[in-house]
Amino acid sequence: MAIIEKLTTGPAAQGRTVQTGGSALGKAVAYLAGLIAAAAFALPFFWMVSTSLKVPGDVFISPPTWIPWPLQWQTYPEAWTFIPFFSYTINTLQIAIPSIIGILFSCTLTAYGFARIRAWGRDVLFFICLSTMMIPWAVTMVPVFVIFKNLGWTGTYLPLIVPNFLGSAFYIFLLRQFFLTIPMELSDAARVDGCSELGIFARIILPLSKPVLATVTLFEFNRVWSDYLAPLIFLTRQEHFTIALGLTYFLDRDRPLWNLAMAGNTMAILPVIIVFVLAQRAFIEGITLTGIKG
Amino acid sequence: MTPGAKRFLTMLAFISPWILGFLGFFVYPLLLSLYYSFTEYNLLQPPKFVGLTNYVNLTEDSHYLNAVGNTLYFVVFSVPLGVLTAFIIAFLLNQQLRLRVLLRMIFYIPIVVPISATAILWMWIFNSNWGLLNNLLALIGIQGPSWLGSPTWSKPSLVIMQLWLVGGSVLIFLAALQDVPRALYDAAMVDGANAVRRVWHVTIPMVTPAILFSLLTGLIAAFQTFANAWIMTGGGPIRSTEFYVLYLYENGFRFFRMGYASSMAWILFGAVVVVTVILFRTSARWVYYGGEG
Repeated sequence: MAIIEKLTTGPAAQGRTVQTGGSALGKAVAYLAGLIAAAAFALPFFWMVSTSLKVPGDVFISPPTWIPWPLQWQTYPEAWTFIPFFSYTINTLQIAIPSIIGILFSCTLTAYGFARIRAWGRDVLFFICLSTMMIPWAVTMVPVFVIFKNLGWTGTYLPLIVPNFLGSAFYIFLLRQFFLTIPMELSDAARVDGCSELGIFARIILPLSKPVLATVTLFEFNRVWSDYLAPLIFLTRQEHFTIALGLTYFLDRDRPLWNLAMAGNTMAILPVIIVFVLAQRAFIEGITLTGIKG
Repeated sequence: MTPGAKRFLTMLAFISPWILGFLGFFVYPLLLSLYYSFTEYNLLQPPKFVGLTNYVNLTEDSHYLNAVGNTLYFVVFSVPLGVLTAFIIAFLLNQQLRLRVLLRMIFYIPIVVPISATAILWMWIFNSNWGLLNNLLALIGIQGPSWLGSPTWSKPSLVIMQLWLVGGSVLIFLAALQDVPRALYDAAMVDGANAVRRVWHVTIPMVTPAILFSLLTGLIAAFQTFANAWIMTGGGPIRSTEFYVLYLYENGFRFFRMGYASSMAWILFGAVVVVTVILFRTSARWVYYGGEG
């Protein structure tokens, strides 16, 4: 797991690089290859947006027009109503907001226990916590479904929300790494002053952890927004569907209207790209703050 | 109460949300799943104990064996190719490129996009008549196959798409590359090692922990590949992309054969554990931890 620590605290997270040495020619070749690879990775997105701005007739021609003209912006309002985009967005937010609250509540408390209280058995428990990340979700999928079915929760948002109030190994790890970097002397001083452990957690550690809390919030938003499998299993009625699930309705016909589908895709992707750009900053800020550690 | 016991209880109180989640969403479901795997259970009637019947039936289920084969194909091709692609991209990004932050973002964004959006986008890219890929191939005079519509090309298509989703490993390799001490490269250069030798004898040994990590997470994910095939091909054509978890999902949530699905789940669990153990056992021979702080 050392590699995750490197990832979250190492120079990579701060965007620095280390030279590997080499000639100017080698550098130029590497630069060119890097640009070509990046272009290849960006091309699908270009294709998506390009298709979304075409008239339906222009979608099915070969060779394709790479930049359609005039740009057909009205595809977007059409896609917005082709599937109930607005209700799907609201549905997704109805899951995302309580999930974020749940994650912030459960994972900060747990991470505090793992990071700031030196007690017998702690490291074993933390190792078990980390190893749950390796268990295939397919293994627990069936019984978890049965459990929620017996509770009468299938078809509601509860199976998608409630587990977040009971911890998630990845966020616990991320928060623990951050909490470890806060000097122990702060806690010791507060203990001498008679502050309770909960008081230290709420009044000292949490206020110092705003950047990592922001990161966790954005990550969790992205996770809920993008999640496909859990909504597929637990949501039974179409009017409850999330964006990620509802998008597939663009395919629900013999010949999909690709310009509409690509407009829908673009609209579904835009929020996560915005969140990611923000998260990247929050992420780096959170890590720079902990730079004192190393 | 001793201070040690008090600290222990305080810690337990703090981590209690996770402990409840661990017991409720891992331990209990795992045991429940093991129990179901020895039963016939359709959700309507209570589970009926049938011993090893489900496991025995699996060995004779041609669709199951087909799904195992498809999954192994996907694992064998997508995981090593993915690790290699990620390493090459990270290596290029590490050459102090201009626009590095932007480039890093381009490689990473595909994995934050909802998988359903990715799947729909790539269905259109793979479209045999008007898709991006065959249009590009036409530019160089190749008439592309029908990709997702062809039993021969459907699995390679999904492998190609998977290579677009290596951003996570790219970041892991980038982090590892930045930890390689500059002095090692200098020493290698003094010894007259050319660029290829420097990569082979310095870079690769130093990033073997990242290779292990990428292989491990990649394998576990590839064994469970689901949403891409579920959305793009539904397992077709002619069951050529019916992967393990797809077949498991169909048994569990379409035919409500929860017992049968659970026995599949436990075999998968066993396979993942075995692969993980083998990887860790052999890693002592090829993973170099000298560079780790």
